[in-house]
Amino acid sequence: MSSSDHNTKPGEVGTTGHSWDGIEELNNPLPRWWLWTFYGCIAFAFIYSILYPAWPLVTGATPGLLGYSTRHAVEVEIKDYEDRNAELIARVAAAPMEDPAAIEADPALYNYAVQGGGAVFRTYCAQCHGSGAAGVQGQGYPSLLDDDWLWGGKLEDIYYTVTNGVRNEDNPDARWSQMPSFGTDGLLSGEEIGQVVQYVRKISGQEHDAALASQGETVFLDNCAACHGEDGRGDRTVGAPNLTDAIWLYGGDVATLTETVTKARFGVMPTWQDRLSEAERKSVAVYVHQLGGGE
Amino acid sequence: MSILEKHKILEKNASLLLVFSFLVVTIGGLVEIAPLFYLQNTIEKVEGMRPYSPMELEGRDIYVREGCYVCHSQMIRPMRDELERYGHYSLAAESMYDHPFQWGSKRTGPDLARVGGRYSDAWHVHHLRDPQSVVPESVMPKYAFLERRMVDPEHMADKMRTHVAVGVPYTDEMIENAVADFNAQIDPYADGVDGLLERYPGAQVRNFDGNEGISEMDALIAYLQMLGTLVDFSTFEPDASR
Repeated sequence: MSSSDHNTKPGEVGTTGHSWDGIEELNNPLPRWWLWTFYGCIAFAFIYSILYPAWPLVTGATPGLLGYSTRHAVEVEIKDYEDRNAELIARVAAAPMEDPAAIEADPALYNYAVQGGGAVFRTYCAQCHGSGAAGVQGQGYPSLLDDDWLWGGKLEDIYYTVTNGVRNEDNPDARWSQMPSFGTDGLLSGEEIGQVVQYVRKISGQEHDAALASQGETVFLDNCAACHGEDGRGDRTVGAPNLTDAIWLYGGDVATLTETVTKARFGVMPTWQDRLSEAERKSVAVYVHQLGGGE
Repeated sequence: MSILEKHKILEKNASLLLVFSFLVVTIGGLVEIAPLFYLQNTIEKVEGMRPYSPMELEGRDIYVREGCYVCHSQMIRPMRDELERYGHYSLAAESMYDHPFQWGSKRTGPDLARVGGRYSDAWHVHHLRDPQSVVPESVMPKYAFLERRMVDPEHMADKMRTHVAVGVPYTDEMIENAVADFNAQIDPYADGVDGLLERYPGAQVRNFDGNEGISEMDALIAYLQMLGTLVDFSTFEPDASR
């Protein structure tokens, strides 16, 4: 690049020959840095299109000399991560779910499971159970922070529920039970429902009509006790909630209880067997188990 | 400057300029347009992908109408973080019956390409009614009105014919049974369920919103619960050259 490239005056460089009213168009050369960047870009594009997948052909595209593909790249990246954690992942996958003490006794394994399980929880479970695992009161999404469990709060129970889900159609091993729709199916009259609702309010320690409640006891023992137990404490083998505590999945007021008895409830949880690996499912079970209510 | 000198010949000869301009545009056009005729080659063969059932198609139209694509993508890119959050990366085949495709270009909400089966129907109802009731952090608007708007499948067959016109392989039998299939997908005890499942394997049949009648909520949830569930990944072998 010589100094004559810059600040040239008419006459010092040639003109393009275009001249209007005495105004001439100078033919200054392009700045060299610009020109070489331009040529460099062309060369780069050409080399890139040879090294990387680029040109569409009839049955596919040119694969490129480097053999790069995004699919392969992401596979390598995931494998790299898994290889680096291979030992811990294998240990979590092999961890005995019947024996939480054995997992807690191994700090490295336990920390990995809790942290990894927390990440899984916030990605897959938080939408229903809340990012803090408190569930959604009154909407049927149980809190996982308390010790009131529908299907069991042992580590192995939680793991089974996570793996297979509840009342879903995708997994034949899903936890399953169905409360009858006592009202809509005509199993109980409106009067009887009113009585049993008062009885449920009585055993859950709420304000109630004593006369109706005592009539409701018979209705309860005849219709509800099979699942919820004679004392109303529920039965985890069929996911029947404890009715004597003050914890309600859908609500313990008269209107909600009446709706529950009339139409029944059918809470569904998806199966996670196909979406999450065994290690991920065990991790999230460990995470939920240590939230507060684990047994 | 010899090139410029020769170029003068073109610039000073209008007919020649026209011919060469046409030549340049032809080359450019071929490079851009010709690959479109071989588009089928970019779609991997997969097991399980089928045209949408009438109910799913209706739900998809509601999805488009409400502009869900403005905030939700349906395109899981092959990146580790996306695979861990959303599942297997999307395949071209999974949107081959979408006209127009719903890949989206922005995620205010999460990707929905594999949302099917991830949540219960009741969750979708709660969430569409009032998203903040289940996800307090959400900024999604409420769509409670979908539950109150009933769907009349009167023009379902016409809609499917329109999709046939743009290349979706609906058979005559499918079009003939459009309304019956639409009505059957909401009722597991309906007579038409067997036919529906034969024509649309893997279709989910149930009362999605739990209410009587077929509302837009039913159709939308049927569509959402199907998303990403059709391809059988146990038989899928990724093509390394893609």
